[in-house]
Amino acid sequence: MNTQLNKIIWLIVSILGATAVGGIAINRGEDINALWFVTAALCIYAIAYRFYAAWIAANVLVIDTTRATPAERLDNGKDFVPTNRWILFGHHFAAIAGPGPLVGPTLAAQFGYLPGTLWILFGAVLGGCVQDMVTLFLSTRRDAKSLGQMARDELGQLGGTAALIGTFFIMIILIAVLGLVVVNAMKHSPWATSTVAATIPIAMIVGVYMRFIRPGQVLEASAIGVILLLLSVLAGGWIDNNATLRILFDHEGLTLAWWVMAYGFAAAILPVWLLLAPRDYLSTYIKVGTITLLALAIIMLQPEVKMPALTQFIDGTGPIFGGKLFPFVFITIACGAISGFHALIASGTTPKLLINERDIRMIGYGAMLLESFVALMAMIAATVLDPGVFFAINSPAGVVGALEIDAVAKISSWGFPVSVEQMQLLANQMGEASLFARTGGAPSLAVGMASIFGSAFGEKLLALWYHFAIMFEAIFILTTLDAGTRVGRFMLQDMLGNIWPRMGETSWTPSVIFTSALVVSGWGYFLYIGVIDPNGGVNILWPLFGIANQMLAAIALSVATGILIKSDKLKYAWVTGLPLLWLIIITSSAAWEKIASTDVRVGFFAGANDLVAKLASGSMSPEKASVAPQLIFNLQLDAWLTVFFVALLWLIVFDMLRVCGRYLAGKPVPPLSESPHRPSRWVEDWVRD
Amino acid sequence: MLSQLKAGWRLLRRLSGDDAYERYLRHYAKCHQSDCASECHTPLSKKEFYKQWQDEKWNGVKRCC
Repeated sequence: MNTQLNKIIWLIVSILGATAVGGIAINRGEDINALWFVTAALCIYAIAYRFYAAWIAANVLVIDTTRATPAERLDNGKDFVPTNRWILFGHHFAAIAGPGPLVGPTLAAQFGYLPGTLWILFGAVLGGCVQDMVTLFLSTRRDAKSLGQMARDELGQLGGTAALIGTFFIMIILIAVLGLVVVNAMKHSPWATSTVAATIPIAMIVGVYMRFIRPGQVLEASAIGVILLLLSVLAGGWIDNNATLRILFDHEGLTLAWWVMAYGFAAAILPVWLLLAPRDYLSTYIKVGTITLLALAIIMLQPEVKMPALTQFIDGTGPIFGGKLFPFVFITIACGAISGFHALIASGTTPKLLINERDIRMIGYGAMLLESFVALMAMIAATVLDPGVFFAINSPAGVVGALEIDAVAKISSWGFPVSVEQMQLLANQMGEASLFARTGGAPSLAVGMASIFGSAFGEKLLALWYHFAIMFEAIFILTTLDAGTRVGRFMLQDMLGNIWPRMGETSWTPSVIFTSALVVSGWGYFLYIGVIDPNGGVNILWPLFGIANQMLAAIALSVATGILIKSDKLKYAWVTGLPLLWLIIITSSAAWEKIASTDVRVGFFAGANDLVAKLASGSMSPEKASVAPQLIFNLQLDAWLTVFFVALLWLIVFDMLRVCGRYLAGKPVPPLSESPHRPSRWVEDWVRD
Repeated sequence: MLSQLKAGWRLLRRLSGDDAYERYLRHYAKCHQSDCASECHTPLSKKEFYKQWQDEKWNGVKRCC
């Protein structure tokens, strides 16, 4: 009887899911309710989690619940701590979900709502979640070793080194592009700038409180911090209305970029307790709170999605970034569908806290499903805007023209009507001077969120909601920036330590300053170029980041596939092998387009050559001509960086195939590095602390 | 109702790390009393523990994109 009921319930879920996906996919020319998206997502997630993830756990990984995990065996009360699975789910989710799943879908909405939505849903359940879960499992079985260490042990030195170098470069590109998103959100917006600036002293107050005033009273300190943050949003509005104060916070993009760089450098050398740790607490609360609020608002309000399913820009002429639907939608949305960066959290950090292998499905697969849902909400927030407004906010001046009148004419001519008055009214409502060409995704997401929150919780507060949303994005972008710069510094110190041991001492001041400066100038360079680029910079940096992130995912999946084959599970190797194959296809073809395309907005070399020709013929305005040499150099550099990423990818894949081929031919390979089975002491009296 | 509220509060404290020191003391009482051969020291003070805990927590890749 019970099993009958069970079957009926799952049948209903399947039919509902299929109807919702079908409804989203075939709808043409009419507005479609956002609830369809939520329904489709929840049904797909439920089915994937109940059947696919459970099948992988039971048959492919062969989860052993009687086996002691590293947290149990190596429990030291500090970093190896057996942790309740719901708590660990919270920690893991907070660690993997950053600004990526918010920015990517917003940019990819230029293709229409359908391609991005389908990729977010199916990419996650078949690729991203599988990667996270399998990596978590493999690291748990290997004393919580990191991805790089596992690659070295299981494939060889080459794989390990490639993983390390790959991680370092992703970090640099990621920080640059996120820095650019924040700079674009603050540009000429005293309200946004002052609110974002206020987060720094607030974090410091919280840090001092937690360290000295009431040591370890994390919740008290956080509550103070969150209240101060909300006040800073209000204070920003007051500053914006104050003629003398607003000048202090009204800056060009370039000035702000220098400030962001100075901040990144300071954050990397200051002690963690002062800035990094307290900021992370605050950003985690704000992140979880806002995402929950957004989900509630979408369900309560059920907004209509106004963007068409597909736009004409699938042919590669899109204003936000150049490039055809295939492969660029898959590169643009990395986080939220499949993100290689997660493999760094799923190995090393989370396995040290895992109580029992049975929790691997919930934490590895489940947390990624939630991130996918966050990406879907970002997609909804972008597509509930009038398409004309969406394109006016996100199209760079270099594409639609710097004059407002030109921009609206051009965007309207694409079939997405918008007027200057409409944009001005919107900007007034949001408390901004102008919303034209505010590229990077943050302002458009904030407008989308503000209009959703505004209709759900009060229309009068639009400007407050807008700046709250900007603060929400900025605070954890800056957290990623701090943490990333610091990690980059540690990696660099580690690498340089091989040449000059003194450099490897993480607390030797000259080494700290030198390596921090090096890391900051690495991402600072790309940030600088992004800011001076009349096309907004995001169109160059975001695809580069996507390629790098997917490359890291390919490394993780290569390690996983190699281990599956070495464990005599060839017949199940497709579970990680197929997502890997798909990643190889999209990353390689995107890299090929970025290198070889003759379209000046897609190909890096084509873009560089076009600038060279324009510069030589003198057809450029003097201000554009003055930055052209730097842009030309940067485009060429980006092209070579792409070549480097894709070469690294192929190197790893071939290395994996070589190891697997040798294994299948019966030749010696590096042995499996799985730690021996030790029975868990907790199986009998099952206590979850 | 009250017990649910209490459970929620415990969850929040656990999630945020507010109770990290209490957990450390429990761990210490459990693991360091019986077998005192290797590391025999009195438990860290709350301030000391919190310092180490925080520094440890931020060593390595802890945040993603």
